[in-house]
Parts: sequence; structure tokens; C-alpha cells
Amino acid sequence: MTERRNQTRSVPGRAGVNSISVIHLRDVLAGGLFAAAACISVLAVALICVFLFANGIPGMVRIGVLDFITGTRWKPGSNLYGIMPMILGSLYVTAGALIIGVPAGLLTAIFMSRFAPKYVLKLMKPAVSLLAGIPSVVFGFFGLVVIVPFIREIFGGSGSSLLAACVLLGMMILPTIITVSESALNTVPQSYYEGALALGATHERAVFRVVLPAAKSGVTASVILGMGRAIGEAMAVMMVAGNRPVIPDSLVKGVRTLTGNIVMEMGYAADLHRDALIATAVVLFVFILNTNMLFSVLKRRAGI
Amino acid sequence: MSAKTRSRAVRLLVYAGAAFSMMVLLFIVAYILCKGVPHLSPALFAWKYNSENVSLLPALINTLYMTALALAVAVPLGIGAAVYLSEYAKRSSKLVRLVRLTTETLSGIPSIIYGLFGALFFVVFLRMNLSLIAGALTLSIMILPLIMRTTEEALLAVPDTYREGSFGLGADRLRTIFRVVLPSAAPGILAGVILGIGRIVGETAALIYTAGTVPEVAGSLFDSARTLSVHMYTLASEGLHIEEAYATAVVLLATVAGINALSAWAAGRLGRRSNDQI
Repeated sequence: MTERRNQTRSVPGRAGVNSISVIHLRDVLAGGLFAAAACISVLAVALICVFLFANGIPGMVRIGVLDFITGTRWKPGSNLYGIMPMILGSLYVTAGALIIGVPAGLLTAIFMSRFAPKYVLKLMKPAVSLLAGIPSVVFGFFGLVVIVPFIREIFGGSGSSLLAACVLLGMMILPTIITVSESALNTVPQSYYEGALALGATHERAVFRVVLPAAKSGVTASVILGMGRAIGEAMAVMMVAGNRPVIPDSLVKGVRTLTGNIVMEMGYAADLHRDALIATAVVLFVFILNTNMLFSVLKRRAGI
Repeated sequence: MSAKTRSRAVRLLVYAGAAFSMMVLLFIVAYILCKGVPHLSPALFAWKYNSENVSLLPALINTLYMTALALAVAVPLGIGAAVYLSEYAKRSSKLVRLVRLTTETLSGIPSIIYGLFGALFFVVFLRMNLSLIAGALTLSIMILPLIMRTTEEALLAVPDTYREGSFGLGADRLRTIFRVVLPSAAPGILAGVILGIGRIVGETAALIYTAGTVPEVAGSLFDSARTLSVHMYTLASEGLHIEEAYATAVVLLATVAGINALSAWAAGRLGRRSNDQI
């Protein structure tokens, strides 16, 4: 890097001192423009924080921070704004999605990294990226017309439920888990695997006892990333979850997530109600920032 | 259980897991196609939307507008930022670390938060109201980290010998960047941009409260307009036009699949070219 920079500085101008300084000036100006572009992301994060917190915190204070976060009743009509049901809803839905998505996704990643023949891999790679590209409304619609009626048939009730949301989100986080885990597994040095084989392990044993543990932090990172996706997903979950703002006491009862709360009511909310919704987003934002931080720490450790 | 049977059981489990994931994809795609393709009628592509034909054409055109606008903002900024990070900045400078941290943060923020921010900042604070431009600006922030990351990766993949060759021929840094480095990285950048298009086309949560849901072709930047995904969402949640919703889902799915294929093709060209040349 530094070498490259030195070379540019010492580039001789075509005609004398004057044009060198013109070139230099142009270079500095362009560098400034590029740096300004790079600063846009800093600016964006700052603006997002300022606008969310400035609009959300006052409402939270007016409701009472503790009442807001630990309150179990959300009734905007009678000025009751407790988001505990939504916090728990988001956590339940996310946990359920991980229970379904992680084993399937991880096994798929192991298959792709260490079991699949080349021609199968050639088909699976685009398939996984297609799965990642399916818009969340299409997922939500699929949940609405397939998963929800299925649950209604089997368990009764409306079908729009915690279970439906978990199953759907489990499917939606599959590509995240698969791609991140697979690249983690692929970065494990081949010598680890060969060493295990040389010690007499079978292929399966070498993969599960040596390669997988070596990829541990990358795999964990994929789970954290999947978790972030699941907490943040709004449309698809809202379409199948039933959206009752009550702490669910059964898998087949309706549930409302933090994201669902915002999308459902932002359209018509006013005054304190609106502030309470923005405060909901603040809580969600804090959740996301934490998972993000965890993810980048793990990613750095995994070296992917 | 002997080691051999245990091995076999484990292998079976791995195969079953992979099969499950692929079945999920296959089932979703097949189901939507089977239910939707028969309902792809000409009325769905009528010029004017009404509650009778629930035409998706206006939404499709709005999606094009939205994509073009969001890219017009995000691509120059994203490429500029990536050029700064890979060609100008020192690896360890404070600014670089700050930019990386914030970019990582941006890429993890869920779209509903972008939507809410857009509603608070662009729609209310900057008084853009529910409009194409408010939606596009919101989306451009959303895809910025994606464009930055893919462009930077593509720039880093350009061998240093190219730059040295250019300097050796007497070009200055700016000329080297625009004439040598960026053209060599073009396929990778293109692949990232196409992925960004995919995100824009599929986005709903960030648009409902920034661009709104008016089902007509936007006449100006400051008109509210729904994109195809938002259209799909309103159809599905109203529940009155389920057949048309299936058909709309087919169009959406086909668009996304096409975009994916295009991106893979562009990325593949990058790989081939650098193999040829080294």
C-alpha cells in the first residue's frame, strides 16, 4: 500500500512543475470526494440513531421506561403501552426459527462442504442463492396459503400462530445459516481432515469430530446472523403470526413480534401511540445492535 | 453400535438435512408456480389499475423507477467509498475502522427500521411526504453496504501488477483507478449491483411507510407509488384476490430468479477473466 502511494507521488509530470501540482491537486480533490462517499455510511448510522432515539426515548419516558418494557398489556385505546408480549413474542419466534433452521441449515452446509459431489454442488449453490433471494412477502404469502391452513387442519384454531411463524422463519433463515456455515467449513485446512483420516477416523467421524469443531466460531456466527434476520423480519412473520398482543401460552396461539407491532399500527397511530411504536423500534434496534456486535466478534475470530 | 453403522447413520442424517433444505425451496417454488401460472391473465398486465383487474403493471413500472433511483444514489456513493477504502486509505486509520464498523452495522439493520427511519427523516423531517423519492433514498441507504462490500472485494481482487503497470506508464492515481482498476473490477461490481437490485425488488417493509401504496404509475418523484412487492403484500393481506396474488408472486419470483442468474453470470465472468489473465 505505502509503496503504491510513494510511486504515485513520484510520477513525473509531462511538462514541468506546474502540471505536477495540477495532477497532485486533482488527486487530493478526488481522494476527498471518495472519502466523503465513505463517510456517508457513518452519517447514515448517526442519522438513524439520532432520529430513532430522539423520537422514541421521549415517548418511552412519558410512558415510564419500566412500564413500557415490562408492561404486559398493549392497549393503545386505553393508553396502556407495555411491550413485554412483543419482546417475548420476538424471542419465542426467533428461538423456534433457530430450532428448525439451524440443524437443517448446518447439515446442508456440512453436506455441501464435505459430502456433495461436484455436480450436485453446482445445482445446490444457485438453489441456495435463489432461496436467499425469495422476497419476504412471497415467503409470507406461502406461509399464509400453505403453513397456516396446515396448522389449522391439524391443531384447530385459526392457524395463524407462533408455530406457523417459527416454521416459516426457520425456512427463511436457512440460506443464511447454509452460506455462512459452509464458508466457515471450507476455510478449515484440509490437513486437519487428512490428519484425522490418518489416525484411522472414518470420513464422517473426521468431519464431525475434527472439521466441525475447528469451524465452531464461524458456525456460531452463522447462527447469530440467522438470529438477527429472524428478529428483524417483519412482513412474513406478520402475515402468519396472528398478531395478538398477548404473551402466548401455547404454540398454536397467535403472537405479535416487535417488528409486527410497528408494521401493524404505524399506519394510523398518532401522538403517544406513535411514539410508543417508535420506542418499540428503539428496543428492536438495541437487540439488533447487540446481535450485530456478537456476530462481528465471532466473524473476526473465525477469520471468514 | 459399530463404527461402521454409526458412520452410515451420520451420513444418512447429513443427506436428510440437505434434502430437507432443497425440498423446502423446491416446494415453495413449485407450489407458487403451479397455483400462479394458470392465473397469469392479460388483465393483470392492464395499463390502468382498478379494484376489478388488480393490474400489476403500474407496480412493475414503479419498481423500475424505484430501482433506477435507488441505484443512481447508492452506486456512485458505494463505489466511491469502496475506492477510498481500497485505493486511498491506510488500512489502520481511525476513519477506515469507523467506516467499516458503521457499514457492518448498516448491513445488519432490519428493513422495518430503515422504513421507520425513512418515515421519520425523509417523509416527515424533509417533508417529502409518501413518495417515490423518499422510498428510493431509504432503499439506497439500505443497499449501500452491499454495494460497498462487493465493490471493495472486486477492487482487492485486481492484482497490484495492474496498478504498477499503469503507474509505470506514467498514469497518475486517478487515471489508474478509472482506466485500469475499475474496468478490471467491473464484473464483480456489477454482480454486487445486481444483488442490490434483487434487494430493492423484494423489499416491502422499508417502503410501506416511505413510498406508500398508491397503485398507479408515479407521475413525478414526489408521488406515492407502490412497488411490486408492496402490491403483492396488499393483495395477500386484503385476501380478496388470492388468485391474482399467486400470479403476482410468480412474476416476483421470476424477476428475482432472473436477477440472481444475472448476478451469478457477472460474478462468473470475473472469475474467468482473472483466471485467463494470471
